[in-house]
Amino acid sequence: MSAPDKARHLRGVVAALVVLALLAAVPFGLDKFAVQFTTRVLIMALFASSLNLIVGYGGMVSLGHAAFFGVAGYVLAFAAPDYEAANLWISLALATAVAALLAAAIGALVLRTRGVYLIMVTLAFGQMLFHLFHDGSFSGGSDGRYIYVRPSANLFGWTPFDLDRHVHLYYLVLALFTLAVAGMAVMLQSPFGRALQGIRVNENRMRALGFATYRYKLVAFTLSGALAGVAGYLAALQFGVVNPEMLGWHLSGSALMMVILGGMGTLFGPALGAAVLLLMELGFQALTKHWQLLTGAVVVGVALLLPRGLAGIARLATRAADD
Amino acid sequence: MRWLALPFDTFAIQLLNAVQYGLLLFLVASGLTLVFGIMGVINLAHGSFYMIGAYLAWSLAEHFGNLGIAIVVGVALSLLIGAALEWLFIRRLYDRDHLYQVLLTYGLILIVEELRSIVWGDDVHAVPVPDWLAASIPLTDTLSYPVYRLWISGVCIALAIAMAFVIQRTRIGMTIRAGASNREMAQSLGIDIRFVQLVVFAVGIALAAFAGMIAAPVSSVFPGMGNQVIIICFVVVVIGGIGSVKGALVAALLIGLVDTFGKVLELEVAGIPVLPELAGMSVYVLMAIVLLWRPEGLFGKRAP
Repeated sequence: MSAPDKARHLRGVVAALVVLALLAAVPFGLDKFAVQFTTRVLIMALFASSLNLIVGYGGMVSLGHAAFFGVAGYVLAFAAPDYEAANLWISLALATAVAALLAAAIGALVLRTRGVYLIMVTLAFGQMLFHLFHDGSFSGGSDGRYIYVRPSANLFGWTPFDLDRHVHLYYLVLALFTLAVAGMAVMLQSPFGRALQGIRVNENRMRALGFATYRYKLVAFTLSGALAGVAGYLAALQFGVVNPEMLGWHLSGSALMMVILGGMGTLFGPALGAAVLLLMELGFQALTKHWQLLTGAVVVGVALLLPRGLAGIARLATRAADD
Repeated sequence: MRWLALPFDTFAIQLLNAVQYGLLLFLVASGLTLVFGIMGVINLAHGSFYMIGAYLAWSLAEHFGNLGIAIVVGVALSLLIGAALEWLFIRRLYDRDHLYQVLLTYGLILIVEELRSIVWGDDVHAVPVPDWLAASIPLTDTLSYPVYRLWISGVCIALAIAMAFVIQRTRIGMTIRAGASNREMAQSLGIDIRFVQLVVFAVGIALAAFAGMIAAPVSSVFPGMGNQVIIICFVVVVIGGIGSVKGALVAALLIGLVDTFGKVLELEVAGIPVLPELAGMSVYVLMAIVLLWRPEGLFGKRAP
């Protein structure tokens, strides 16, 4: 690493720790609504970060990512007995595993295509699962299912926290989000992560160098699906309800917007994008019934004017400061 | 595994329905595939103009009291809307990654959906079939088939033939094909490629809107009708091969058959009802099979 690179790296780590400290302080300074809203932001940030793993680092654009999010949510709904609490650890592991398996199966098929085909095919598979849960009687149809009792964090008879308390839930979500992003940071520095980023830049060259690119992409797709599953599980836990919209393509489109708005291929960009988009929507919703019009205008504006997202602006600013 | 057979007359009616639905899908999908083949642009918002077409048909038919005039005016309006969109947004995306095309056209969907809600509201509307097409042809003592559905099929076939003729046999079609195969070369030979792209995009939008207009009396007019159609059209385009109009026709008919019969046939596997319960999934299963067999689609060029 050259000196300015090292300085930038250090600055990044410090900034991340400061943000983490601020997030950890949220329940002390803000009211219940704000804590719950921040919980939601963190869940969507985790979801957007998982999508960033394949879109930003792997160069695979998916428009069906909500499928893994939604299916994991349904796993919690199925795992929870009607009037008893499910076990958090078991149901979370189960939901993540199901999302990962599903991503592996769908990835094995869709990664046979690339570019614009991949976009359409992921969209179509996402909708296929949407229809399965929307039309099937096992899943409660378009109304979905309720989770009447929140899972218990019971660990061999010891219950470290209580998910009915919104602050406890907040810290669980924050911990999982931090763990996921830190894990991604480590993974991206590893030989696997390097190879994945190489595939995004030039897949043919990586193949010529002897990398089994399909396998690398499939592993990334599966990991990404598993993380999306964690986010979907947490969303189902927070709201206590799952419905087919959780698998719908509007959520996939929204997640893609978060990734690009924040800055794809950057570690914290998608989280920033999630926060900005959700805050913006909150503001728009207070303004008008037709708030999607304003969201749409912002989406169009970002696509035309801000291809590298907010992180792109930040990068220009730090460059200017370095010079 | 257990199938439940259909009586022949029901089968015949469903077959006609399947073909009509397939042909209508073809109209929408052909615009999508043409725009992709020639400009390399993926337009998620294509289906929104199917919806806009249906709403235009409903409101203009109320205004003029005649569906025919409504369609003529509506098509002219859609051409203008399409041209304006190309000029304002789409032409800025030709050299950009597909990701940004997806994002921008996703934004357009949100905008179009809200504008529709502001202008026309969120209610469901029925559009009456014109008097001269309102009859039914009796098939048996109890079953008959509406003339209007046959008319839809006829119009779609006529348009498909016209499209093939224009693309393969006319000077305009030659320019379009030249632009599709090599943009720079066509440009240096003196073809105004920007104008060709504007026209193709506008025509694609008008085709989608026209499909929405003629479908309106059958399907009724409702919010979100575009989203249903666009995703099926993506499946059509993927199965047929991106950029291939012929592929779109074959795939659309195939999907018409699979979707329609998926809803009327009964199939049980190991005692579990599969059809029609999960008919909504059938077209996607078809797509998965085609992908396994030919990832580039039935009529697509070999993937690079």
